[in-house]
Amino acid sequence: MKPKDGTRWVFLLQKIAEKRDTEAFAELFGHFAPRVKAFLMKSGADHALAEECTQDVMVTVWSKAAQFDPSRASAATWIFTIARNRRIDMLRRDRRPEPEDLFWGPEEEPDQLDVLALQQESDQLGAAIAGLPDKQRIMIERAYFGELSHSEIAEETGLPLGTIKSRIRLALDRLRHNLS
Amino acid sequence: MIIHHLSDKLLMAYSAGTLPEAFSLAVAAHVELCDECRARLASFDAVGGAVLNATEPASVPLSGGALTATLARIKSTAPVARSRPARISDAVLPEALAKYVGGGTEAIKWRSIGNGVRQAILPTSGTATARLLYIPAGMAVPDHGHQGLELTMVLQGAFADDDDRFARGDIEIADDAVEHQPVAEAGADCICLAVTEAPLKFRDLLPRLAQPFLRI
Ligand SMILES: [Zn+2]
Repeated sequence: MKPKDGTRWVFLLQKIAEKRDTEAFAELFGHFAPRVKAFLMKSGADHALAEECTQDVMVTVWSKAAQFDPSRASAATWIFTIARNRRIDMLRRDRRPEPEDLFWGPEEEPDQLDVLALQQESDQLGAAIAGLPDKQRIMIERAYFGELSHSEIAEETGLPLGTIKSRIRLALDRLRHNLS
Repeated sequence: MIIHHLSDKLLMAYSAGTLPEAFSLAVAAHVELCDECRARLASFDAVGGAVLNATEPASVPLSGGALTATLARIKSTAPVARSRPARISDAVLPEALAKYVGGGTEAIKWRSIGNGVRQAILPTSGTATARLLYIPAGMAVPDHGHQGLELTMVLQGAFADDDDRFARGDIEIADDAVEHQPVAEAGADCICLAVTEAPLKFRDLLPRLAQPFLRI
């Protein structure tokens, strides 16, 4: 199934953040909740635990929608980080130190051109990963499902991350500039 | 200006959520000081997003009532606004580290390990150990093990070995193969975060750490 254009999910998250729109939430849920559940099951959760944690992840998506910055991440990326953190809690009961985020207050709005460019880069990255040779793609999937330790991850990932990294760097520079 | 950065492997493992806590702490601390690695990390998170997006929906589908149940939960969930979280704001410790110390540099519980060198073990779980080291200017950086992967990140001052110089924010990535004896530069005393793969063994620690002041 071809994934929908990333800008649709950004639009829904903004409706949730600004209007507490439950219809937008239901549409987002329809796409992401089954994937989050599959992700958690591939990461070792059983059916009941995955179901419960998926709900937790989607509740977090709802409550933290205003913190989503679409000039630095796609909706899928942001939801992935929430699901990953839930998985760490769930499986390892370990703390996860996080870098303090750059503070961006309610008055800062991401630049719309940055947003569009980042969403397009994210869609292209998805396509590029889908097109990798099986061996390489499977290594990456296994890493993100939590099956590989640091030492088992290949030195050369072959991932084309240069352009998306540059985009995010620009958005970070702009944010730093606005904050200073 | 930071010149020694995190590796792709470390960033990917951190993004995937599989690094031991002590290593995650070093990654988080470096990323706070380095926008280049912050952007690289975000690009690895984007890989995770792409993997999630491409995941076939579970073969055991969500229960029919999952959406209804979640909608009921969000009705009673308050939105989290964008506001500045409480900060410790230390000039030396990044926030991620300050949380582990429980305050700024003044809150670090140093213990002397000889020759003016002090250390403070940070409370992390499991298979790797994180410690802060205080090395007076001009002293050798203690040898903290060389068993497996070892990260050393400078927070204050600088250290150098024959080939490289490491200043605030720089992170040295070493493994078993590397034999080196860095020395803290003259000037400001050096504070760094050192993470080692080997679990902490109280008995071994002091002798091994007390040895290597040969080059001064
Ligand atoms: Zn860096």
